[in-house]
Amino acid sequence: MPNTQQLKDLTTQVRRDILRMVHKVNSGHPGGSLGCAEFFVCLYQEIMDRNEGFDMNGIGEDLFFLSNGHISPVYYSVLARSGYFPVDELNSFRLINSRLQGHPTTHENLPGIRIASGSLGQGMSVALGAAQTKKLNKDSHLVYSLHGDGELQEGQNWEAIMYAAGNNVDNIISTIDLNGQQIDGATDDVLPMGSVKAKFEAFGWTVVEVNEGNNIEAILKGMADAKSKTGQGKPVCVLLKTVMGNGVDFMMHTHAWHGKAPNDEQLANGLAQNPETLGDY
Amino acid sequence: MKTYTNTGSKDTRSGFGDGLTELGKTNENVVALCADLIGSLKMDDFKANHPERFFQVGIAEANMIGLAAGMTIGGKIPFTGTFANFSTGRVYDQIRQSVAYSDKNVKICASHAGLTLGEDGATHQILEDIGLMKMLPGMTVINTCDYNQTKAATIAIAEHKGPVYLRFGRPKVANFTSVDQKFEIGKALHLVDGTDVTIVATGHLVWEALEAAKVLNEKGISAEVINIHTIKPLDDEAIIKSVSKTSCVVTAEEHNYLGGLGESVARVLATNKPTPQEFVATKDTFGESGTPEQLMEKYGLNSDAIVKAAEAVIKRK
Repeated sequence: MPNTQQLKDLTTQVRRDILRMVHKVNSGHPGGSLGCAEFFVCLYQEIMDRNEGFDMNGIGEDLFFLSNGHISPVYYSVLARSGYFPVDELNSFRLINSRLQGHPTTHENLPGIRIASGSLGQGMSVALGAAQTKKLNKDSHLVYSLHGDGELQEGQNWEAIMYAAGNNVDNIISTIDLNGQQIDGATDDVLPMGSVKAKFEAFGWTVVEVNEGNNIEAILKGMADAKSKTGQGKPVCVLLKTVMGNGVDFMMHTHAWHGKAPNDEQLANGLAQNPETLGDY
Repeated sequence: MKTYTNTGSKDTRSGFGDGLTELGKTNENVVALCADLIGSLKMDDFKANHPERFFQVGIAEANMIGLAAGMTIGGKIPFTGTFANFSTGRVYDQIRQSVAYSDKNVKICASHAGLTLGEDGATHQILEDIGLMKMLPGMTVINTCDYNQTKAATIAIAEHKGPVYLRFGRPKVANFTSVDQKFEIGKALHLVDGTDVTIVATGHLVWEALEAAKVLNEKGISAEVINIHTIKPLDDEAIIKSVSKTSCVVTAEEHNYLGGLGESVARVLATNKPTPQEFVATKDTFGESGTPEQLMEKYGLNSDAIVKAAEAVIKRK
């Protein structure tokens, strides 16, 4: 059994990283990043089978693709704290000549990143392609991906969702961050999507629901359940219900912090709610 | 002057299909994807011989580009096949982010480019694709002129690491380049020696340029013909060397004069050796329905148009 206290401590530190990164450059996306902190920590620390170091081809290990690239702060923090690059490099987020671009890219050769993302709706296709190459290579490892719920408004997702079931791509676990928020407001106000679960099921996917997407035990249990359902002829979708801005009270349950950085006072407030655990970068 | 023989008209898309068949046998990392146009792209053989490496994605080009980008992770070399319009304009952002910016080893193979698609009309006749693709950093852009060259290019791009746009067409056209040619990306082919005017042509217009050179020769004008199969990276040196001799140039392409080969040549010459230039290309217009011959005549993309352009540009020297 994993030591969940360690995972919780790491999550707290990741939250601090996120707040400090976006505060320093007065830009970036803290809301969705905070909402997915537990998921990223669980994914990289417990769920994925990863090789030492980084190799673009990722043969013999699980792969992860971030489709909603704007939550780069949480991705960078967890990659750094999982050993892909020095934690100090988080200081360079969004600065000129940095490998930590506003949205993730392979262009600057940042270890851990296998595709550029930011323009939404493209990640599931890429993840499916990588999953099919794993099958061709007789590599039994899995491909994971993460997508925003608002992002599902992009039509390419539905091309990919249809393709995955039609081609029995059953070595993929695509997680949807169901936080119910997007830039302009609640997803149901921007473009009501109805039941995401019913839609994935209608497209032939196996759906696993994690109703407490900010609870480490619930995430680990749900992802283990999802993993047990791979290899059965159907792609697997995890609907992860999260709270945008989780862990920083004034950022929670609102879209206001989707793409806005805290000021000095707000930063201090947010950090006070998340005392240092593993050491700031 | 040197002349070329049509060894039997064939479609360039069959050159692609046969090149892909060859790659299927020789390179196990080559995989192919198609968006419901297997017959049109001549991908039937590859599909039949390597069903495990062939992916029918349905009418979903955006997904096809993303899948191809993902398939490179783990070492595969994906070749995507659909019409040029759906290979580029429809999926520009997918190519930009998931392929070009991500530097993925994807080969975007596009048939039915330009006016010679014919009767389907302007919805399918893309005349902007070279421009779209050449603007993407890191993208190699190739437009082949006949069956043999298309087959050779298809085989060659599998060995090139990085994204490639390979453009070819629908109709049967003269097949005149050598059957055993070695295709060198970025290397212009010097087809005819001349001293009065340089004709730089790509794709289906190369044969028209050769025909034009014959007519010009009869009129006492010595035309040099250069085949640019690789529009990016462009063989600057070959172009500069030729115009140093002829002092004027005609560019010929089945594409809009905005964004095409002609503009690339103009850039090279403007910065190295300012030279009078005439453009044989469509003039910022959409196409329309008609036979390929009728369209090439109406839009000024045949040997007659090249002859006229050559005569005009010589007067501007």
